[in-house]
Order: sequence, then structure tokens, then C-alpha cells
Amino acid sequence: MSLAGTPHVEEHRDDFGARLGMWLFLLTEMLLFSGLFLGYSYMRARYPFEFHHAGSEMNAVLGVTNTLVLLTSSLTMVLAIVAIQRGEKRRAMLGVGGTILLGAVFLVNKAFEWTAEIHHGNYPGSAHLATLPPGEQVFFGLYYTMTGLHGLHVLVGISVLSVMLEMVRRGRINADRFVTLENGGLYWHLVDVVWIFLLPLFYLAA
Amino acid sequence: MDSMRPTQPEIPESFLDDTGPRKGILAWITSTDHKRVGILYLYSAMTFFWIAVAIGFLMRLVQLQMFHHLVTPQWYNALFTIHGVLMIFLFVIPGLPPVFGNFMLPLLIGARDVAFPRLNLASWYFFIGGAVIVVVSLFTGGGPPDTGWTFYVPFSLKTGTNVTLAVFGAFTLGFSSMLTGINFITTIHRMRAPGMGWLRMPLFVWSLYATSWIQVLATPILAITLVLVMLERIVGIGIFDPAKGGDPILYQHLFWTYSHPAVYIMILPAMGAITEILPTFAKRTIFGYKAIAFSSIAIAGVGSLVWAHHMFTSGISQFALMLFSLLTMVVAVPSAIKVFNWTATLYKGAIDFQPPLLYALTFIFLFCIGGLTGVMQGALAVNVHVHDTYFIVGHFHYVMFGGTGFAFFAALLYWFPKMYGRMYSKKAAYVAWVPLFIGFNMLYFTMLVLGLQGMPRRYYNHLPMFDTGHEIATVGSWFLVAGLIIFFANLVVARFRGAPAGNSPWGGSTLEWTTTSPPPTENFAEIPTITHGPYVYGTEEGA
Repeated sequence: MSLAGTPHVEEHRDDFGARLGMWLFLLTEMLLFSGLFLGYSYMRARYPFEFHHAGSEMNAVLGVTNTLVLLTSSLTMVLAIVAIQRGEKRRAMLGVGGTILLGAVFLVNKAFEWTAEIHHGNYPGSAHLATLPPGEQVFFGLYYTMTGLHGLHVLVGISVLSVMLEMVRRGRINADRFVTLENGGLYWHLVDVVWIFLLPLFYLAA
Repeated sequence: MDSMRPTQPEIPESFLDDTGPRKGILAWITSTDHKRVGILYLYSAMTFFWIAVAIGFLMRLVQLQMFHHLVTPQWYNALFTIHGVLMIFLFVIPGLPPVFGNFMLPLLIGARDVAFPRLNLASWYFFIGGAVIVVVSLFTGGGPPDTGWTFYVPFSLKTGTNVTLAVFGAFTLGFSSMLTGINFITTIHRMRAPGMGWLRMPLFVWSLYATSWIQVLATPILAITLVLVMLERIVGIGIFDPAKGGDPILYQHLFWTYSHPAVYIMILPAMGAITEILPTFAKRTIFGYKAIAFSSIAIAGVGSLVWAHHMFTSGISQFALMLFSLLTMVVAVPSAIKVFNWTATLYKGAIDFQPPLLYALTFIFLFCIGGLTGVMQGALAVNVHVHDTYFIVGHFHYVMFGGTGFAFFAALLYWFPKMYGRMYSKKAAYVAWVPLFIGFNMLYFTMLVLGLQGMPRRYYNHLPMFDTGHEIATVGSWFLVAGLIIFFANLVVARFRGAPAGNSPWGGSTLEWTTTSPPPTENFAEIPTITHGPYVYGTEEGA
């Protein structure tokens, strides 16, 4: 520890510690979703036929498209971090900006998808859903909860990355200190990974 | 008056003095100094503690058929819910780790602050935010929640009271707890003074480490469970609603997956504090350092796998019943290891009897009763008999109040001189103990007996056969509250009028006693280099 003798607060820098903290936070995020995945597995084991049937009504094309969008956004994120490490500020900004844009595209697609489902009467509390067997009602309940919570995380990710974009522009994140951007990237990848699991569970379940 | 004691040391300049541009309360609520954040937690948690004590006091009076015109059965339901929510989420969980963890952790490991000071202050704001939401939920919407602190479905979905907002408050409080956990783990990994290997850390730090892991691993499960309750109430997603294919038992599983480990969030740091206090007053090194350190980890690990023992009567499979019964018994082993090591530490020690030691010994005594009644409930047949009776209430008050509460008092007495640089009246601390101890046992041991006789918990009224028991318990609660008033009045007076305590009033050997009392803002003039274990007295072993 090289902290001895350094003045209080002003210059305490520990990039490893910052990353460690971020990984712990990601762990909590994973566990947050794990509660829902647990609920999903239990319900699916209980209602295999209903889940199969309800899953076949999902728009798989839209789901897969969104997967490609998110995967690409993770790529631009990685490129941004490589760029900032090399001191290429413009490229880094382009990468972060691209990630934000792709995240927004994902949310727009999601909005279309939800609108279509709601239009079909597949939403909690609807008259149509009440006529379906219980297992399918739970399927849609979980669908809105899990994709909704994930969408919220995409939104948070976009906000966080927007702040970081500004920090790169002002030179607060630079070739010498980029752990903040790395942590932002880690968060974004987690959001991506969660989606990778949501895709087969809801869209390819049939 | 001061001139009559010219030899007394003055209170040195410290973190208590405002040095920045801001003064007064503003300087406190914007400070990222871990010591100030710790004290913010102390004052806020104590506020909620006293409100919850007052509610508990009132509930005891209601059991004597008093105030029945004021407290209707519906209000009684609200009272035990609020009492539980305030005590659990606003005092016991944010008690020892955020108060003494924040204040002492950096001092104990020879650091200047925690790893993320701003995040630390943010945790306190999450705490206050959550607390405000909980308080608002009591006075708005359909009135205070009446579900009990467990928010069990399906009732919590059907009741017209303000459950949604209260649950959102608990959700917010979870963030505070989780972020503190992340902060402490990182601090312990990264900020130890040079030379302080893992096995040279004070044992309070070990217990904080285990606690923090539970906070990080378990709290998200509570968060998502509470989110599901909110969604269920607002839009009716159906996951807990049998009419829509959901399952209420799933709620119980998810809830206790957090809330049982949460019990260890409450008790582990208490055990850690006791482990700091005993060697200081036995004037010898701790017996079985490694056993105590690793038993903390074992409790955290096994304790995460016993949640379904809250659900023995809920309808789970025979195999699950046996498994969870066995695991529940297993978790008693590391707890017992600690108790044996504590007693062995005292054996042949040069006991210096002081108030913190008295309260620490009381902790061990009361915790043993709480722990053993817990093992009793782990046995399936007994559990079915005592489920949802006063036996359960008595048991968890022995653990939570007799355990965590008394450890909190002991820690307060032990570290108060360090925190404020002033000494309280030791005589008053002894005097307070008498009604505390008598009242506590009158109140809660009676509950154990009542429970075995069949008195159900959470009932507004009781059969005449339980009259005597309830009378004894209520009189006990009067003693208990009297003891609490003396205890805290003593500390409040000492905060302003206490004589300067000096750097090391107890002769403790851990790092916090090497700096001034109260500590300066930067904790240590120079970061110490560690060359031996934490508990070294005289020529004894322990290096």
C-alpha cells in the first residue's frame, strides 16, 4: 500500500479497488435478476405446455434483431475503451456515442414490441389475458417484469454512458485514468449478458 | 470548574470540529469522513430505535387491556408491523455495521477512510431516503401497513393499507445496505495498513467482512422480491397470485432467502464487537483467533442455506423439511465455537471489570438462551408446536435485542470514549444494567413460557389463562424502558459534560487506541506499520 503519507481525500487513487467495487456491484445485479430467473424456471417446470404456447406468440425476429443490436453495442464499447487507452479521444467518443445510439435503438424496438403485445391484449390485468390458462398469464407477467427490468437497466446504462461521454470530451477520462469508462463498460456488458439469457427464455421458448 | 483539574488532558482538535467552509449540520450531512458518516448513522438509527421502543411499550400496555378505546385491532396490526419494520430495517441492520463499521473499520485497519468515501455518504442518503418513504407510508394512502414486517402474500396483495410505499421504502434501504457492503469488502481488501495480513486483522473486521458478503449476496434477492410485490399490487403480474397461476410459497422462499441471512447481518458484527471487547478487559490475547475468524465465514455460508426453516408449516416437501432442519442445527456449531472461545479467553485472564465487559458478558448469556431456543425450533416436531407463538417472539428478541442490542450497548460503552473523547459515568452504566437485565428477562423469558403454553403471536387479545404471563411481561417492559432511559441519558450527558477520556482509557491493543480521542480527521498522523497480531498484552503469545 503506497497510501502512507499521502494527504487525505485529495489524492487517493486505487484503480484495482474501483474495479473490485464494480465487480461486486455487478454481482448484486446478477443476483437481482437471478431471483426472476429462479421464478421463471419454477413456473416453467410447472407449466411447460403453457410456456411453450405463449412463447410461440412472441416476435422472434424482433428479439433476434435486438440481440444483434446489443451485441454490436458491446463491441463499440470495447473499441471505445481500447481507443481511450491509446489516447485517441475522438475514436473513444465515437465508440461511446455509438453504444448509446445502439442502446436507444434497442429501446425503440422494445417499445414497438410492447405496443404490439399490448395491442393484442397480452398485458397483465387485460380481459383477453384473463381468458388464457393460468400458466400463460404468469408467462406474460414474467415477460413484462423481466424485459421491463432489463429495459430499465439499458436506460440507466445510456444515462451513465452519456455522462461518461461528456467526461471524455472534457478530458476527465483520458489515457492515464480510464477506470471509470472501464467500469461503465463492465456495466454495459452485464446488461448485454442478461439479455442473452432473456432471448432464448422468452423468444425461442416455443 | 476546569481549573480545579489542571492535570486533566484537554479534548484535542478532531473530526468533531468543523474545519471546512461549511458549519454545523450542513458540514455534517455533506462530509464524506467515515467517522462523521458513522455518527450520522448512529443518530438516525437511534431515533428510529426510540420510536420503535415506544411502539413496543404501547403494545405491551394494550395486552393489559389498556388503551383499547384508542388502539383498535386494526391499529394493533399496524403497530406490530411498524415496530418490526423500524427495528429490523432502520435499527438492527443499520446498527452495528454502518455505525461502528463506518467509524471503526478504517481505524482498526490503519486506513484514512473507506475505499469509496462518497459512496459511503450516498449510502446514508439512501438510508434516510428509505426511512422517509417508510414514515410517509404510515400517514398516507390507506394507512400504515398491517401485514407484519414480513409482508407475506397473499395478504399483502389484498390489504388496502399502504403496503406498496412501505415496500418501496424497504427496497431503498436495501440499496444503502448493499452499497455499504461493497464499500467494506473493497476497503478490507485494499486499505489495510502495511504489514496487516489477513490473520492480523482485528476480529471485528473479520465479522464485518463476513457480514458485508451477506449484504452483497442476499440483499438483491430481497430487492427483487419487493419489486415483485409492488408490481403485483400495481399491475397484477400474477407471479404470487394462484388465480393467475402464481404461487404464494414462492414469495416466502424468496423473502427468507434474504431475510434469514439478514439475521446474520444483524448478529455477526455484534459477535465481532464482543470479540474486540473481551481481550481488552481480560488483558490477554483472544483464544482461538482463527477459529473465531473462520466461524464468521462459516456462519455467513451455512446461514445462507437455512431459510426454509421459517416455512416448516407452509407446506414444503418432506425432504426439504429434513434438509433444512439439519442445516439449521449445523449453523449452531460455528456460533457455539465462538462462545467457547470467548469463555476460554476470559479463563485465567487478568479481568479488569468495566461497564463494557459487563454488557459483553450479558450478551453472551442472553445470546446463549436465544441461540439454544433457536436450535429447539430447528427440530421439526417442536417447530410445528411453537410456530407463530410467543415462543418465536421471545426467541428472536433474545437474539436480536439480547444479542445484537446488548452488543450494540457494549460497543457503545467501549468505543464512546474514542468517538467523543469523553468518559461517561461508569456508575450510571452499572445502574442502568440492573433494570435492563431484570426487565429484559421478565419480558422475553415470560414470552418463551407463554409461547409454549400456546399464546399466538400478533393477537390483539388473549385468553384469561395467559393473564398472569402478560402482566409479568408488561411490568418487565417498564423496567426495560427505565434501564434504556438511564443508559442513554448517561451517554447524552457524557457527550457534553464527560471528563476527557484520554487516548486509551481501557488499555486496548488495537490500532484505534493509538490515535487521539476523538481521532483527527485523517485518523493517524502517520499510517502505522503492523508487525504483530491485534491482541498483544504483556509478554504473552499472539504475535
